Parts: sequence; structure tokens; C-alpha cells
Amino acid sequence: MRAYILRRLILLVPMLLGASLVIFLMLRLGPSDPAMDYLRLSKVPPTPQALAEARTMLGLDQPILTQYLHWLGRGLQGDFGISYALQRPVLPDLLHFLPATLELAALALAFTLAVSVPMGIWAARHRDRWPDQIARLVAFLGVSVPNFWLGFLLVVVFSVHLGWLPPMGRAGPASLILPVISVAFMSLAINARLLRASMLEVAGQRHVRYALLRGLPPRRVERRHVLRNAWLPVITATGMHIGEMLGGVLVIESIFGWPGVGRYAVSAILNRDYPVIQAFTLMMVVIFVLCNLIVDILYALADPRIRQTPEEPA
Amino acid sequence: MSLSPSLAPVARRPLLALSGLMIAVLVLAALAGPALVPWDPNAIDLPHRLQAPDAAHWLGTDHLGRDILSRLVVGTRVSLGCVAVTMALILGLGLGIGGLAGYAGGRTDQVIMRVADVFMTFPTLILALFMIGMLGTGLVNVIIAIALSHWAWYARITRGIVLSMRHRDFLLAAQLAGASRLRIFLEHLLPATFSQLVVLATLDIGHMMLHVSGLSFLGLGVQAPTPEWGVMIADARSFVWTAPMLIFWPGLTLFLSVMAFNVLGDALRDRLDPHLVEGHGH
Repeated sequence: MRAYILRRLILLVPMLLGASLVIFLMLRLGPSDPAMDYLRLSKVPPTPQALAEARTMLGLDQPILTQYLHWLGRGLQGDFGISYALQRPVLPDLLHFLPATLELAALALAFTLAVSVPMGIWAARHRDRWPDQIARLVAFLGVSVPNFWLGFLLVVVFSVHLGWLPPMGRAGPASLILPVISVAFMSLAINARLLRASMLEVAGQRHVRYALLRGLPPRRVERRHVLRNAWLPVITATGMHIGEMLGGVLVIESIFGWPGVGRYAVSAILNRDYPVIQAFTLMMVVIFVLCNLIVDILYALADPRIRQTPEEPA
Repeated sequence: MSLSPSLAPVARRPLLALSGLMIAVLVLAALAGPALVPWDPNAIDLPHRLQAPDAAHWLGTDHLGRDILSRLVVGTRVSLGCVAVTMALILGLGLGIGGLAGYAGGRTDQVIMRVADVFMTFPTLILALFMIGMLGTGLVNVIIAIALSHWAWYARITRGIVLSMRHRDFLLAAQLAGASRLRIFLEHLLPATFSQLVVLATLDIGHMMLHVSGLSFLGLGVQAPTPEWGVMIADARSFVWTAPMLIFWPGLTLFLSVMAFNVLGDALRDRLDPHLVEGHGH
């Protein structure tokens, strides 16, 4: 197991280097000139002289590979430059907003699992009867509902009409309920459906029928023989859902006035504030990749076959 | 021919029939939208702002007195058109790049798939946001951003399909008949792959529609006053307390459209080899 984790960790290095290269090069090769954007955001008139000075100051006159290595080297030391628009260091600001975003994403993930797993098991146990139909309906609605619209609907019902929950802000557990549901709804709908399908597939296999024929109690068979295998696709899907959630949180934050990285990032994107866009994107990729590493490790813990084969899990 | 057998499938799959109807309405609205609606979707009429539904304005008017139904209908062209072009781009990129990787094999395959792997380390919405940071906002840039954030997934699926078909009889026959590699690729492999990929694409149309409107809602996509569903929701957000129906209608339209495409995609997939879809999802 330790060797597996180590191998996965080493694999992260080229992945993240590749991602950082994409982030850096694509912004540089894009249609606009960072020096112009710098002057625009610092409200300096773009005279040829100012442009030349900005270019030197930002290091844009150096070969692009040198620029990349500088950016990466300083980034590794925790220096992602200074925001063009705010004239403040990027990293401290990002780290200031990040905890609220991660809190929302982590709770949404926990909520997804806490609801989808019982719902999936329940639906599989009562296949084609009303619990299954309910789970089917939830899945059907869940994959189609726009999360930002769901957020507004929840606000209208639970804040405007009933007055039970706060419509905005981050003040105590009650303010988390609506944003968490909005972020999690789609993933939990998909996950429940997936677990149900996976359980029914495993339940039809020979080792499960044999266990039942041996006279083992059905609940025990479900726990030890069905769920153990049925878990696996759900774990993989959860890794995917984390990516969706990181994106979803940014949208939902804007509805609930949640003080996360969303507004900071969106205004940087609107302004073409390069240092912020670069650092924000890289940070999201690092979080996503680390989450998927954890997911892969959990998968390997759940399925010993993965640990033994030298190949990548498909 | 009696009527009953042709109606039987409709009775059996009412949801699919309804979805088909919905999609037909959407396509009609997208093609003929401005000609169908009685009001100019951008005509501001402040004396008649925030009106309740009546005979003149079936869904009422928004905070600037614009007819909501007209804006919804005209907005279909932006939403559907945007998704159609995006999908065409993604299919083109996916088929071309993934097909090349699968068919050429060797080092080409290695390099292409490593690049695809790197693109897949980005959550798709984050990558789309990043692309907009690079390109700027607006309809065309949203299309490019979403296409560039999804091509790798389609390239990987295409490569898988191509690899699974490489030793099929019809390709060997073409090879024995002396067809060149390029000709086999263009005339035999791509069409066969394309038909399978289209089914997957249908499943993803809803997902793309949500992406487009989500970006517009954030103010990063299509810009106001263009009537687009996400823009309409963003415009209406300050009226959530006083006029929640302004948010309700565009969201409902988007929701039903996504649902219709999801139902259609599911139905198409059920007719296809189910194993194809494994590992597809993002």
C-alpha cells in the first residue's frame, strides 16, 4: 500500500507541472498583452514608454521559458505576484477567501455521501417499488436542474416565504443549509442512482447468490458481499463530482453572498488580472488533484486488486 | 396501416414523446424565434414594468417592462445555437485528435494522450473560467472556452472506440483491398466512430446548456441585454424578494430543456452498447 501511495505521489509531479505549463503558456499566448492589461488596471495611460517600462518590470521582455521558470520558482516559494487591479500580493488574498469555499465544498461532499448512500441502498433493496421510484425521480430532476436556479428557488421558499433560513451570508450552521443543498443536489442524485445500479449488478453475481444459498442473513450478505464491491464505481464517480463541486461552489457563492474565492476570481477574470487568474486556477487544480489522490487511495484500500497490479487503475 | 402500432411506443414512453416535443419546440424557437414573438424582446417599457401575466404579456413583464415570454423564446437561439456550435467543435476536436491517437498509435498516441491527461486535471468549469480569463467574455469566447475545456474527454473516448474497432473485419477488408491508411481513417473509421460519439454527445447537451447559462449568470458569458436564460436569471436576482417569477421562468425553461435532452440521450444510449458509456462522465 505504501508503495502504491508513493507511486501516485510521484505521478502527481509531471501532472501538476503540465497543468502549470498550460496555465502559464495559454495566458501568454492568448490574444491580449499582459503589459497593456497591467497599465489599464493601474490606470496609467499606455504611452510607448510606459508600456516598455511595464514590460521590463513584469519580465515580459525575457524568453517565455525563463518567465515560466521564474513564475513557477517564485510560486513554489509562495509568491504568486501582485494583483494588477488591487496592487496587493495574490497568495494572501487567495488564502483569505479559500477556507470559506473549501468549507462549502467539503460539506457539500459530505452531504452528498450522507444522503446518496442510504438512498442508493434503499432504492436497491426495494427495486421498482416506491422507494426506488422516489430515488429515480430525484436522479431525474437532479441531473437537469441548474444549480443556481435551485439556489434561488430554495431562497424564495425557505427565506422569503417561510423565513426559516437566512438568504445570504455566512453566519452559523443555518446559513450553510441552502448553499450546501444547492451545490450537492446534482451529485447526490447521480451517486444514489449509481450505487443502486452497481448494487443490483453485484447482487446478481454468483458469489452473492451462493452466500444467500448458504443461508447467511441477507443484511450481512448485503454488507459483506454486495456493498464491498458495489462501492467501487461510486468512489470513482465521487472523484469526478469533486471537480463539479469546486466549479459549482463558485456559482452558488455568488447567490448566497458566500465570502469565498468566487467573487475574487470572477472579478479577476473580468479584469484579465493575470497573476490572480494564474494562481487561482493552479490552486483549484492542486486541490482537485489532491482530492483525487485521496479518492484513488480509498479505491485501492477498498479493492486490493488495484494495489497489486503495476498498471494504472482504468 | 392501423394507428395503434405506431402510437404504441408513444404510449409506452410518454416521457420520451414529451421530450421530443419539447426539443421540436426549442428548435422551432431557435430557428424562427424573433418572427414568432409579438413583442420586441429588448423593448423597454418602464410604465408597464413588473406586470403580472395577462392576455398581452402571457408571462408578465420584467423590471424594464420587457415581455418575458418573448425574451425566453428569442433566448432559445442563443442557448441552443451556442450549445450546437460548441458540440460541433468538441466532436471535431475529439474525433480528429482522439482518432489520430488511436489510429496512429505509438509515440503520437503517447504524446496526445499525455496532453489530454493534463487537460483532464482541470475541473471543467474551472478550465472554462480560465479560458474566459484568457479570451475575454462574450458568446464566441464562451463557445471556445467550453470546447477547449471538454475536448480531452472526447478525445479519450474516441481513442477508446477507435482502438476497439481497429481489428474489426470491415477495416481489415479495406486494408486488404489496398486502401491507404488515410483513406481507411477518413472513410471507414471516422464515420463508424462518429455515430457512437453522437450518442454520447446527446447525453452531454444538457450539461453544456448548464455550463453556458452558468457562465452567463456569473457575468462571464453572454452579456446583458442579450436575451439569454442565464442572463435573465442574473438580471432578475435583485427581485428575488419582490418578483420571484422573473427568476422562475427562465430557470424553468432551462431546466425543462436540459431534461428533454437528457431523456433523449438516455433513450439513445439504451439502444447502444451500454459498455461504451462506462467511464464517461465529468
